[in-house]
Amino acid sequence: MRTAKLNREPRWLKPTLMTVALTFLAVFIFLPVYTIFHEALAAGVFAYFGYFRDPEIFSAIKLTLLTALICVPVNTFFGVLTAWCVTKFEFRGKNVLITMIEIPFAISPVIAGLLFIFLFGSFGWVGSWLIEHNLKIVFAVPGIVLATAFVTFPFVARELIPLMQELGKDDEEAAMTLGAGGLQTFFRVTLPNIKWGLLYGVILTNARAIGEFGAVAVVSGLIRGVTTTMPLYIEILYNEYMFSAAFAVASLLTLLALVTLTVKAILERFIAAQRKIKN
Amino acid sequence: MSKPKKSQLPGFGLTLGLSLSYMSLLIFIPLTALILYAAKLPAADFWEIIVDERVKSAFKISFLSTFYAAAVNFFLGLIIAWVLVRYQFFGKRIIDALIDLPFAIPTAVAGISLSTIFSSQGIMGKILGVFGIDISFSRAGIVVALIFIGLPFVVRTVQPVIEELDAELEEAAASLGANFYQIFVKVLFPSLLPSLLTGFALAFARGLGEYGAIIFISSNMPYQTEIVPLLIVKKLAQFNYAGASAIGVTMLVCAFVLLLLINVLQVYAKRRRKI
Repeated sequence: MRTAKLNREPRWLKPTLMTVALTFLAVFIFLPVYTIFHEALAAGVFAYFGYFRDPEIFSAIKLTLLTALICVPVNTFFGVLTAWCVTKFEFRGKNVLITMIEIPFAISPVIAGLLFIFLFGSFGWVGSWLIEHNLKIVFAVPGIVLATAFVTFPFVARELIPLMQELGKDDEEAAMTLGAGGLQTFFRVTLPNIKWGLLYGVILTNARAIGEFGAVAVVSGLIRGVTTTMPLYIEILYNEYMFSAAFAVASLLTLLALVTLTVKAILERFIAAQRKIKN
Repeated sequence: MSKPKKSQLPGFGLTLGLSLSYMSLLIFIPLTALILYAAKLPAADFWEIIVDERVKSAFKISFLSTFYAAAVNFFLGLIIAWVLVRYQFFGKRIIDALIDLPFAIPTAVAGISLSTIFSSQGIMGKILGVFGIDISFSRAGIVVALIFIGLPFVVRTVQPVIEELDAELEEAAASLGANFYQIFVKVLFPSLLPSLLTGFALAFARGLGEYGAIIFISSNMPYQTEIVPLLIVKKLAQFNYAGASAIGVTMLVCAFVLLLLINVLQVYAKRRRKI
């Protein structure tokens, strides 16, 4: 129920604002998406599928999926632990810890990659130890996974913390009083309450893990077929003027982004509905 | 207010220990590695790297472009949020969901797409060309990419505040004879300002570090269109670790100051909303 019609907006306001907003969104949202598919299909559908026969695209897809497959579960696990810790207990420095969670979002992806260069580079003691033992982290797959884990860490925790704060801990304490164990309480009481929020955090983690560019670009070393993820391979193709092939790979990532947005919109309604029940 | 009771729930030591260990390994130790390396540089060398003309112009280009883009997002974000909350129209739900596209789409994908659209052969490039405006490969291109990246921040921070706006307040003002402009300037805008500023700061912080969306649309020329993150990448490619670490630490300081500012703004915005 909205009684705001009483606010006597001047008659020209609605059409003006609508035109400005929709024109802007047409240029900055619709046009980029349209262009990606248009350019990818510029040489026809047959050519489009032909691009994916390139073994380098195949290895880029494999590396991207591997990275997401490691980062998403690990960050989900630690995101839930962190959220539990800061929402169920009071302790000194808690607010500092909550702010620290945001650090990976606050710093440039390029700096994120840079951190791992300095940690594992050949000039430090960690680096020399790694060389002695013939282990490669930066300019190799482990570096890509680490940099991706770094930039995607906050998603799950920052989604769960406000949600779990709102839900409080009465349900869990009741379960414990009735004799449930810690894990049982988490899986039977907490998890059903936070499942949509958790899933929301997971799909955002996944989208970023698959699409990360800056951090991965710094630690990759761009060894073709070995350390090129899909976004990095797009850059290579684009710089080699293979525009249609670049946009073909981009179209896959765009499809994934559109699926992510759809799932996200659905989850938002579930979360809102659950909030209403709780209140 | 009574003192909070000690929690009866289990797992405090375990979850705190594990999350702190993970965050240390993933975040704090790598941060320390960069800072330690930069700290080993003699102060004079550090200073010399930072005040180098090319580095200074990169900082200037980064800060200015990000500021312009965040300012555009400040106004357009307000308009878009207003339209999404106050008006009903066909396809509103889909448009609302698509606002987050810049979060969901990989930056490199956005970069090549924007670069194509705004190139002289692209749709927007041709339209703007009629007016003699050339976006791609210029500083304006950097701003365009940053407007795209920053768009959701202002919309998403202002939208819930517009939804919660007290209709009674507007009605009271209207019944006292205030016209729309007075209501907007005296009632609406002051209640929206804290969240608008938060959105601005979030867009600014994100934009300052952006790399992927920019490098394709920009010509990346030193002194003209070279942003700080790109300069760091270039220093690394030349194995100039001293340069990369000094510029990196300076960027880190900027990021932490912005993070602090955002936290302060969020607390301020929350307080305003509660009143």
